[in-house]
Amino acid sequence: MNYIEHIGKYFAMLGQVFKRPQKGKIFKEALFRELDDLGNKSLGIAAFIAFFVGGVVAIQTALNVDNPLIPKYLIGFATKRSIILEFAPTFVSIILAGKVGSFITSSIGTMRVTEQIDALEVMGINSLNHLVLPKIIAAVFFYPFIISIAMFLGIFGGYVAGSLTGLFSTVDYIYGIQLEFNSFFVAYAIIKTMVFAFVIATVPSYHGYYVKGGSLEVGRASTQAVVWTSVIIILLNYFLTQMLLG
Amino acid sequence: MIEVKDIHKSFGEAHILKGISATFEKGKTSLIIGQSGSGKTVFIKSMLGLHIPEEGDICYDGINYNDMSTDARRDLRKEIGMVFQGSALFDSSTVEENVMFPLKMFTMQTKAEMLERVNFVLNRVDLNNANGKYPAELSGGMQKRVAIARAIVMNPKYLFCDEPNSGLDPRTAILIDNLIQEITDEYNIITIINTHDMNSVMEIGEKIIFLENGLKAWEGTNKDIFKTDNKAVTSFVYSSNLFKKVRQAYLMEG
Ligand SMILES: Nc1ncnc2c1ncn2[C@@H]1O[C@H](COP(=O)(O)OP(=O)(O)OP(=O)(O)O)[C@@H](O)[C@H]1O
Ligand SMILES: [Mg+2]
Repeated sequence: MNYIEHIGKYFAMLGQVFKRPQKGKIFKEALFRELDDLGNKSLGIAAFIAFFVGGVVAIQTALNVDNPLIPKYLIGFATKRSIILEFAPTFVSIILAGKVGSFITSSIGTMRVTEQIDALEVMGINSLNHLVLPKIIAAVFFYPFIISIAMFLGIFGGYVAGSLTGLFSTVDYIYGIQLEFNSFFVAYAIIKTMVFAFVIATVPSYHGYYVKGGSLEVGRASTQAVVWTSVIIILLNYFLTQMLLG
Repeated sequence: MIEVKDIHKSFGEAHILKGISATFEKGKTSLIIGQSGSGKTVFIKSMLGLHIPEEGDICYDGINYNDMSTDARRDLRKEIGMVFQGSALFDSSTVEENVMFPLKMFTMQTKAEMLERVNFVLNRVDLNNANGKYPAELSGGMQKRVAIARAIVMNPKYLFCDEPNSGLDPRTAILIDNLIQEITDEYNIITIINTHDMNSVMEIGEKIIFLENGLKAWEGTNKDIFKTDNKAVTSFVYSSNLFKKVRQAYLMEG
């Protein structure tokens, strides 16, 4: 299959996914399970990464603005900007693409190769709707929350880095991060995150759902899914940045 | 009635079903037999639309599956029970959840009603006290029985079983055969079973279709099967010495 065919098949898949769930109660149960699997269980890693990346961004910025003419509070200001605009939404989404993407592909792929998907279909269940829609909803609504926490922890990481290294004063830093708060930037980050969340939920589902073969192929599909999800996020990031900020 | 008309199915270069036609009637248990790799699984999966045949028609009570909309197909499938060769249980759900799943999805029953029905069918496959276990914690034969319970829990109009008693001990195998037979009679449904098991052939083979190399090589009843001279059938049936003796006894009886 070439790329065009894959893209066509992906959108055809979405056509089946976006149908009314056959039973509200089962959908709700699945949604809560996905919120836990895809959301809750990703909070820890996202927080950990955001905190340390925030620290590194602050240190790097401090090391690069040693010109005495540039006021020190710009370190806090620049750190805040980079974290809100890029590091929290994009960096954390890429991490989630790896963690959640491989989980989704391998769990759906295993269901495919052990005929569990056929079993659903033969009962008269729309398996795509049943398996994928709860993942999309869970990711699209939960990831903005994760990213918001990541923003906060990233900025806090910068503060901690400052106070531990003494490269900049925490008073300057706090002054810097309060400077010129632009709520559109946060909205921009949230919009980006929702788009990335959609990609993280659907692209790995596609790879898992259409896998053929056995456990080896499921493993391969998982790697493929992570690669493609990351590539698509990076490309979309470029276009969204141009569209929303350009 | 299910009518299958001249279906062909290939995977890439490999032509697996080469034009098979058959009819399956209400209240009858039909067996599809044949060597491993002869296309039995592909045949019933094609009937269910899990494989899409390149040619041919499958009519359920006069309505052509090819002409049905996606929704109509789903409605039809709600009346189908299927036991997969590999059981295909939902591995992240317990036995009880597996069997209850179709009820939860398609009925408005209360939890207690569903539980009663689940326990009833589990009891019929002789599987008590396994409700809380996960498929990975069961033996192969127990998984098979859960799969059978799940397939019959909704009282299907059409029951498909892909080797329902492979991997079962003789006593349980007979129990399953009898259960399937009983259900078929009781609810007047169409039952189609893939099997290698000659015991089943003798017990419940009201109608037997013998597949060889993707073609229907023979069709008849369990009475005919010991009389036929069809090479393919005799070499399949009498590959076991036991059945050579059965045939002799049978022919002597007349
Ligand atoms: N998904 C598939 N892709 C390619 N070839 C397949 C596929 N499924 C089945 N086949 C091929 O079709 C042929 C028939 O397989 P099938 O599973 O129907 O055999 P069977 O009669 O059910 O055998 P058994 O009694 O061992 O279950 C085999 O040669 C198999 O290799
Ligand atoms: Mg088979």
